[in-house]
Amino acid sequence: MDKPLNNRAWWLVAPVFLIVAFSAIVPIMTVVNYSVQDTFGNNQFFWNGLGWFQELLDPSTELGGRFFDALWRNLMFSAIILAIEVPLGILVALSMPREGWKVAATLVVMALPLLIPWNVVGTIWQVFARADIGLAGWGLNALGIPYNFTGDPLAAWITIVVMDVWHWTSLVALLCYAGLKSIPDAYYQAARIDGASRWAIFTTIQLPKMNRVLLIAVLLRFMDSFMIYTEPFVLTGGGPGNATTFLSIDLVKLALGQFDLGKAAAMSLVYNLIVLAVCWVFYTVMTHAGSERPQREIAG
Amino acid sequence: MASITLDGLAHAYRPDPRGPQDYALKEINHVWRQGGAYALLGPSGCGKTTLLNIISGLVVPTRGKILFDDRDVTHLPTEARNIAQVFQFPVVYDTMTVRENLAFPLKNRRMPREEIARRVEEIASRLDMSAVLDRKAANLTADAKQKISLGRGLVREDVAAILFDEPLTVIDPHLKWQLRSTLKELHRTLDLTMIYVTHDQTEALTFADTVVVMHDGGVVQTGTPEELFERPAHTFVGHFIGSPGMNVLPARVEGRRALIGDVAIELARAYPALPAGETIELGVRPEFATLAPAGTGVPVAVKRIDDIGRARIARVEIAGQPAAAMVPEGLALNGDEAGLRLDPRQIHIYAGGVLVPGEATNREGAS
Repeated sequence: MDKPLNNRAWWLVAPVFLIVAFSAIVPIMTVVNYSVQDTFGNNQFFWNGLGWFQELLDPSTELGGRFFDALWRNLMFSAIILAIEVPLGILVALSMPREGWKVAATLVVMALPLLIPWNVVGTIWQVFARADIGLAGWGLNALGIPYNFTGDPLAAWITIVVMDVWHWTSLVALLCYAGLKSIPDAYYQAARIDGASRWAIFTTIQLPKMNRVLLIAVLLRFMDSFMIYTEPFVLTGGGPGNATTFLSIDLVKLALGQFDLGKAAAMSLVYNLIVLAVCWVFYTVMTHAGSERPQREIAG
Repeated sequence: MASITLDGLAHAYRPDPRGPQDYALKEINHVWRQGGAYALLGPSGCGKTTLLNIISGLVVPTRGKILFDDRDVTHLPTEARNIAQVFQFPVVYDTMTVRENLAFPLKNRRMPREEIARRVEEIASRLDMSAVLDRKAANLTADAKQKISLGRGLVREDVAAILFDEPLTVIDPHLKWQLRSTLKELHRTLDLTMIYVTHDQTEALTFADTVVVMHDGGVVQTGTPEELFERPAHTFVGHFIGSPGMNVLPARVEGRRALIGDVAIELARAYPALPAGETIELGVRPEFATLAPAGTGVPVAVKRIDDIGRARIARVEIAGQPAAAMVPEGLALNGDEAGLRLDPRQIHIYAGGVLVPGEATNREGAS
């Protein structure tokens, strides 16, 4: 079929271009602008070229050192919470009721942590974990386990991880539950007829049927945990020392605390690029998952 | 190997069934012979899938027993019965190859490795799937997947019966015939009982030696396709089997005559003991009612003639009651007046929907 060429059609996409320009391109360009300059205040800026980027990506410099420290902390944190939340979420989803009034009740209870504003979550845990008045903090110390998340880096990490698990495991569980619900009964019946064990049913039916939602869950949890800011900011403020200073917290310290706009701009661009790259990898994996290699259908 | 006996079986999905209306499956007594090819035929919601699930052990019946030979298996779990089932939608294990799929039931039963390999190869060649054994099962077509489901039942040497729950629902029409003949062939070569659930009469009649027709939770007739066609035990069977279905007309019986309105129809048998208070109906298949020129046989008014390819079917009215009849080759009709020739031996009388045998008179002989 011949399609008439008509360049006036571009006008139809112009509004979208305009919106994207103002919502994304223009703000990013200001950041790019800052990232190649240095300022000593007074709104005076000096050209610095790629200096900040070179410094940022060189771990031996002060800026690069703190960037890579924060990056490793971030990756470590994401890895830990994924390693806990994904298996735990699957386990919770598997043990959720399938029918009756219990379904609604369970879903409401599961959704509760997801509905709490993030800074409130931080505050709840901050109070809960305090060694002097918090139920958990005081209780642990009363049991003879020394626990003080404001002084002990390990305790601070454990607290943040437990908080995140409490806050977000529901999301993974709900996604997995949706995946499980979509498996037709015939699969379970066939598996019983084939004499499959509980474990075999899990590995051969449930897990493969869940892999799509699991990928989405991993993606969402990775992105969220990689960009985490509010909860650790409220809970520990990045401390003790720099033990829980994640990239986002460091970025705010740099930009608003020290007013190093150039360094902060360079750091946020690299941060952004990492997020985009990971997104792209996940997207590619997700769109290719299940289809494997595109093969011709062959009748047996 | 095993015949399957249903002894007073009934099932209600409610925990406290009160009356017959609560039963999805009304009391049924039946023996499935070893090696038979059966079809369970009935419209959606008639209880046939419930019955199938009771046999396979996915559902425990409310009442009654199910015996494999003399062994009571009513409360045995599915995996402990010698049963395989093929479902409406093909079930394959997506992550596995065809070979692994076929080996799965044997692996779960801890059969030695060489033995598994031998069985899988054998069944694959029977199903013409040797060429795709190492393909991922998820990438195959629906009919190939359905063959894998079947194959997982066939590999088990202990399987006594294979149950099919509308297995051709998602198969392309041109492959349905092919798959069905594969089934028939397997049934002939392997000594297996096959029970095939369907709502499609063609599938049932071509597949089975014995068809069990179900309606509203109960069995209305069990018989060969021929019996179902020639002597429907219930008006429902008459309607449901045949295309178009049996003509069922309200009638009065007087001696050896039936009266539809004021039109008299000759009967081959007498019905002296018709129950009073029941609706009396006359049933005759369109195949045994032939249109003729006006003045011969029963007078009818022709409404329409449908050409269905292999034959022409006339839609007529007998004393105002609609009926269908065959139009013979070369019949010329003037206007809409015509006659109808009926084969008296193929006319059945139903009381309250149930066939009344009638008494053969000396002239006619036994029927």
